[in-house]
Amino acid sequence: MAADKYETHEYDVVVIGAGGAGLRAAIEASAQGVKTALICKSLLGKAHTVMAEGGIAAALGNVYSEDNWQVHFRDTMRGGKMLNNWRMAQLHAQEAPDRVLELEEWGALFDRTPDGRILQRDFGGHRYARLAHVGDRTGLEMIRTLQQHAVHKGIDVYMECNIQRLLIDGGRICGAFGYWRESGRFVLFKTKAVVVATGGGGKAWKFTSNSWEYTGDGITLATDVGADLIDIEMVQFHPTGMVWPPSVRGILVTEGVRGDGGTLKNSEGKRFMFNYIPDFFKAETADSEKEADAWYEDKKNRRTPDLLPRDEVARAINSEVKAGRGSPHGGVLLDIASRRSPDYIKKRLPSMYHQFKELADVDITKEAMEVGPTCHYFMGGVRVNADTAASTVPGLFAAGEVAAGLHGANRLGGNSLSDLVVFGRRAGLSAAEYAKASAGKLTIDLGQVEEVANTLLAPFNNNGGENPYTIHANLQDCMQNLVGIIRTEKELRQALEEIEKLKQRLKRVSVEGHRQYNPGWHLALDLHSLLSVSEAVTLAAIERKESRGGHTREDYPDPDPKFGKVNIVIRKKNAEWSLAQEPLSEMPDDLKVLFEEKK
Amino acid sequence: MAATDVTMRVWRGDAAGGEFKEYRVPAQEGMVVLDVVHTIQATQAPDLAVRWNCKAGKCGSCSAEINGKPRLMCMTRMNTFQPGEPITIAPVKTFPLIKDLVTDVSFNYEKAKAIPPLKLKPKEADGTRRMFQEDVDRVQEFHKCIECFLCQNVCHVIRDHEENKQWFAGPRLFVRLASLEMHPLDIADRSEFIKDHAGLGFCNITKCCTEVCPENIHITDNAIIPLKERVVDEYFDPVMWLLRKLKK
Ligand SMILES: Cc1cc2nc3c(=O)[nH]c(=O)nc-3n(C[C@H](O)[C@H](O)[C@H](O)COP(=O)(O)OP(=O)(O)OC[C@H]3O[C@@H](n4cnc5c(N)ncnc54)[C@H](O)[C@@H]3O)c2cc1C
Ligand code: SF4
Ligand code: SF4
Ligand code: FES
Repeated sequence: MAADKYETHEYDVVVIGAGGAGLRAAIEASAQGVKTALICKSLLGKAHTVMAEGGIAAALGNVYSEDNWQVHFRDTMRGGKMLNNWRMAQLHAQEAPDRVLELEEWGALFDRTPDGRILQRDFGGHRYARLAHVGDRTGLEMIRTLQQHAVHKGIDVYMECNIQRLLIDGGRICGAFGYWRESGRFVLFKTKAVVVATGGGGKAWKFTSNSWEYTGDGITLATDVGADLIDIEMVQFHPTGMVWPPSVRGILVTEGVRGDGGTLKNSEGKRFMFNYIPDFFKAETADSEKEADAWYEDKKNRRTPDLLPRDEVARAINSEVKAGRGSPHGGVLLDIASRRSPDYIKKRLPSMYHQFKELADVDITKEAMEVGPTCHYFMGGVRVNADTAASTVPGLFAAGEVAAGLHGANRLGGNSLSDLVVFGRRAGLSAAEYAKASAGKLTIDLGQVEEVANTLLAPFNNNGGENPYTIHANLQDCMQNLVGIIRTEKELRQALEEIEKLKQRLKRVSVEGHRQYNPGWHLALDLHSLLSVSEAVTLAAIERKESRGGHTREDYPDPDPKFGKVNIVIRKKNAEWSLAQEPLSEMPDDLKVLFEEKK
Repeated sequence: MAATDVTMRVWRGDAAGGEFKEYRVPAQEGMVVLDVVHTIQATQAPDLAVRWNCKAGKCGSCSAEINGKPRLMCMTRMNTFQPGEPITIAPVKTFPLIKDLVTDVSFNYEKAKAIPPLKLKPKEADGTRRMFQEDVDRVQEFHKCIECFLCQNVCHVIRDHEENKQWFAGPRLFVRLASLEMHPLDIADRSEFIKDHAGLGFCNITKCCTEVCPENIHITDNAIIPLKERVVDEYFDPVMWLLRKLKK
């Protein structure tokens, strides 16, 4: 019987991904009393969330009592160039404080204010010091807290288990199919609902802060069963990645360095950000070094342009380097050494100190760091309902970086960690409710499963074919050079041609060895998603003929109000992509006024 | 920098057996051991099994024994070796081998499940929680743990004594227990667990665990010794336990 052929488990809700979003979703679903599984492709606790450094944004108002959800909402929308789903931005700003306090309740120990409350730090685009943090290892604190909470709740965890396809019955989710990395054996999950919380796809670029896990799996799992994506062209390049030595290029340097007083300089020693203040942010940005420095002490001053939203800073660095004012290895200088005491730096930024000391022989309390843009975050992704996190496919929910809407065209630092817990919880809750209400029997089409299994094993049969590592490296070059920070139609079209060639080569990919813990095979399978996501990003980037946030077109250098009112929607049917421009939902008047008061 | 080759001997094999295989790859400035392993994968041994995620010492995935020393591959610079010195990489020894550099670390996850969880005292009258930096400092040290399990790997109580694993949680879990016990608001009693189930008594404070911790957590001085003192005090004197918890 084919039914007995694969190890099979049955659940009400299967959560794919055990970063902050997946963990929070699983905790919530399980608390609702439904049978819940949590699946991740690394060991538990090693997801991207563990790497987050600077903090989690929430208008707790502990440092500036003037802060509240309305201000956070406004900052998020403006940072996202108003392309955000307003309802998500509202829920996020309203619920983030509760979610942070809940983490504290579950054991997280954030840095403290003198009166014993949670301390908050400055970050780009946030009007007030808003990021709850633990030095520069906030993500570690968050994932460990959630991980331990989930473990003590007895949730079933499947580690190093890689889901490759979702299964559908009559248009509804009915299962998920994948393999154990350790043994290479297949495993089948029958389930009423799936939450994807798999993160982004930054591993398609060469210089990236992302790990091997970021192959866009959740995006592909969703599009392969017909779900819509929105604004997938919106990829965030973080302005400050390491640039030297070559082996660490792309590793992140937290924005906390600038939040705590660090400043960007070019090879002439000039603080060049003053030359790149866009009209949109002129009114609230300092235009002299004196005012910028005073802002750190007193928020009545306007903020330093070093902390403009990330897209602005990344483009500015790009321009300085192009103009020949870059650092020796093609970045710019980030200087905190001359501005803060060694003790302060080591206390506030211990892991940055360690990272530069160990990996680059640079003592950041004595010398400037060399930094440059690195691919960092997907603002776009699976289209979801703001309140329920439901995708356009019944039974499929999405939360965290894989979902789209909250961040619009550009994400503010710290707004991801809060996104994870706010919408992770909502996704878990809705999935549980959906599973409880779902009636009728779900049947897995075993023929469909068999077909997938054969596809996954195909690379073992192609002797002497393409090397998966080479295809991946070629894709990374293609995306880095042709679908990077600054884009043009010509290069984007060229990228599409390259991706098409890579797709053909992928058909001939071959792997050596056997199925047990075989990274070559794993990569060969990840390429399916990497190529699919790269293609979607490129197509959507061609469609959006304007510059906005993370998407900059040299051939359309300005924002276009027409495009400011639409999402680029992309979906796959019978292996063909189709694109559409669909209007954003209209913001209600009581929220609109928040943008009129002060510009 | 002159382009030279580096030579690396990597353990290849699974539970059934294996051997060290030698690979040569071109050196690049700033390379770490993990970069060399990745180059070997991409060019010579695509099925070479290794774990990694962050490549910056933050996730604790890439533990191995490099020239016999337990370390993170992503934080071990190639320029710390003499040019031409042969470099040997083996999987960590204390956990069962799966393949090549990957071992079965489930022991650590199983032990974690059994730990009595955090239990907080009631909130302040105004509905908030107050904790002061000086009170959380020492627990924050323990929270730096990236679960690389290198301390578990070197601890002699389990390194060559599979049979002790059932009694002994190991230094990583002692750090975790200490973080719970010293949480400023925790009121749970774990003394019996620490003594009878975590096997703290097996530890004879050799400090090997502290020496390998990539996060420089003072495992023995700050976690294990204070735990030992508490267990002795409280196990034999429940009044001590009560007094300490009441002081919180
Ligand atoms: C270096 C760095 C620093 C950052 N700093 C900050 C910060 O200070 N503040 C902030 O707000 N944000 C920060 N971010 C962004 C933020 O950390 C991430 O966006 C966020 O952690 C993503 O969380 P997630 O839960 O969506 O996914 P992740 O934490 O990435 O988890 C994804 C999970 O999905 C699993 N998975 C993926 N594919 C599959 C599959 N096919 N089968 C099974 N499982 C799968 C993975 O194993 C993993 O468990 C930072 C990011 C990086 C890289
Ligand atoms: S100090 Fe104790 S826990 Fe640490 S290695 Fe020695 S015996 Fe093991
Ligand atoms: S205590 Fe140190 S050595 Fe042990 S697992 Fe944690 S980080 Fe690793
Ligand atoms: S890869 Fe994360 S610690 Fe080495």
